[in-house]
Amino acid sequence: MISELNPGIILIAGALLIPVLPNSWRNPYMIAIPVAAFAYVLGLPIGEFGKIQLFDMTLTTLRVDNLSLTFGYIFLIATLIGVIYALHIGDSIQHTAGMIYAGSAVGAAFAGDLVTLFVFWELTAIASVFLIWAARTQRAYDAGQRYLIIQIGSGVILLAGILIYYRDTGSIAFNAIGIETLAGQIMLVAIGIKCAFPLLHNWLQDAYPEATITGTVILSAFTTKLAVYALARGYAGTDILIPIGAIMAAFPLFYGIIENDLRRVLAYALNNQLGFMVVGVGIGTELAINGVAAHAFVHILYKSLLFMAVGAVLFRVGTAKASELGGLVRDMPLTLVFYLIGAAAIALPFFSGFVAKSLIVSAALKGEHFWAWMTLVLASAGVFLICGLRLPYVIFWQPTSAPYKDKKEVPVNMLIAMGAAAALCIGIGVYYHPLYAILPYNVKYAPYTLDHIVTQLQIVAFTMLVFTFMLRRNFFPTAKNSILMEVDWFYRKLSYNIAVTLTLMAQASWRIMINNIVQVAADLEKWINTHHSTGSIFGRTWPTGNMAFWATVMLGGYLILLYFR
Amino acid sequence: MARKNQGPEAHSKIPEQLKTWSDQVDQPENVNRIINALYTVCALLVVVDPFVHKHGPFEIEHIWGFYVLCGTITSVGLVIVAKVLRVILMKPEDYYDQ
Repeated sequence: MISELNPGIILIAGALLIPVLPNSWRNPYMIAIPVAAFAYVLGLPIGEFGKIQLFDMTLTTLRVDNLSLTFGYIFLIATLIGVIYALHIGDSIQHTAGMIYAGSAVGAAFAGDLVTLFVFWELTAIASVFLIWAARTQRAYDAGQRYLIIQIGSGVILLAGILIYYRDTGSIAFNAIGIETLAGQIMLVAIGIKCAFPLLHNWLQDAYPEATITGTVILSAFTTKLAVYALARGYAGTDILIPIGAIMAAFPLFYGIIENDLRRVLAYALNNQLGFMVVGVGIGTELAINGVAAHAFVHILYKSLLFMAVGAVLFRVGTAKASELGGLVRDMPLTLVFYLIGAAAIALPFFSGFVAKSLIVSAALKGEHFWAWMTLVLASAGVFLICGLRLPYVIFWQPTSAPYKDKKEVPVNMLIAMGAAAALCIGIGVYYHPLYAILPYNVKYAPYTLDHIVTQLQIVAFTMLVFTFMLRRNFFPTAKNSILMEVDWFYRKLSYNIAVTLTLMAQASWRIMINNIVQVAADLEKWINTHHSTGSIFGRTWPTGNMAFWATVMLGGYLILLYFR
Repeated sequence: MARKNQGPEAHSKIPEQLKTWSDQVDQPENVNRIINALYTVCALLVVVDPFVHKHGPFEIEHIWGFYVLCGTITSVGLVIVAKVLRVILMKPEDYYDQ
């Protein structure tokens, strides 16, 4: 019976104890939860378990296959790394929210039906927003609200899609969905929001950099990769995803090169890497889906590592703004080494990103998707320029006059977490066979051929060359204290301005209307006054003698009339 | 290249080996050495290009130095476009609070 339990529940149930445990027990306990869940997942047999009858639907709360296992493994590894990175903080709200968030992502990865998926999908949204709010600043509070609205919106749209899907097919099984049906299209929008499709992406860059230092690391691992998992499960081979993914891989780079907040830069780079995965899902061959799973796996590791290293800088220096950083090479060399390993993992041979990204690029080549392939090749140069060159230069070498408050390496638990992620980035790059062995399909692929290595080195080396030239000629854009307008301009500025304009217009027309009414009333009053006020014709008091006189005149008149009749 | 004249206390928590390592990377003559190494690697990569057989189906990939161009064009293009975009998109930090 125990093997019918979704491993996500282990994390979620385990999280509930975190706030009540005494401090001395809390840290070992938090490490033990993901380790126990990982051991449990290792022992899971392939198949569908945990069936629950709900009205006339059968929920499959645990589906174990190679795709869900790949994501399950990496989610749990990311949980462990994230927990270690956050051990030094005593904020049990963050610990609990982070663990529930991770648990719901794991739960969703092992969900065998759409209703179970929906439940965990919404739980990721609700739990994760506390990691943003935990920063306890007004900006974080506002960004968290926007994040929550969009994430819950994604869940509601997903639910609508599931309901239509159930009505049409009578099934809630979570398998290939496709976009031929209305239900499929609606669900794609819901997943597209979480996956940060172009124009639906902005919650990512808006909210992640506002979260706590440790929260951002956790956030970067789960939500978007859960969406990639859902895409790979439901929409493999959907052609429209190829151009969508290609745009995703390209456009965030233009922002990443000039954005000032370095955690936001990493969020743009994250979006770009998601584009690679979405292209892979769109191609949909076995090689491509293997590439998606492998890339999600290694991407979680090196992106966490980059967020951890920038987080370490933010922790020690108190800022993650390019315009306020520089010269940290002497003060934080370990962080530098870890950062460089994470950056190398994006592009260099014998690091993890190379063995995973090659699968997707090769799948694009084999499928003869020219534009997608071209975009991915160019985008891999661009993301290296940003994460591999611009960021380390800005943090560690850029000349600066900023007075730092504290220049030391970070607490040892943060270094251990970074070290573990860095070790995996190198380990997987050098010895990729275990990763390839857990991928969904059994496809033979050799990442380290001469042409792969040489061509990738050509891209990287010449990107470095151009960067060096630009730095020496002062052509590279220097950082300024600023923000960049984004899609959120429409709902944060345009809609605000429209609302303000409408309010002003309403106020003005109200004022005009009131003025008119007052004017009309004044005219009426004036007219009434002329006839009825004291002294006017109707308002005057008359002596009774007058009345008697006129009555007599009237009666006399009648008499005369009668006489003539 | 970066800040100078730091007291020894700034380094107190840093392992001795890494400290020398990170200090040495920062020396101007070593920076030049690294850049010269980069030039050499780049030159080598251009020279070996015709001897590496590429397996892709697209003709363009087989042009001499195609990937060299990819890296160069992307970096230059990205920076130029971003510089233009910056004029349009850049706003003060309190833009949304106004």
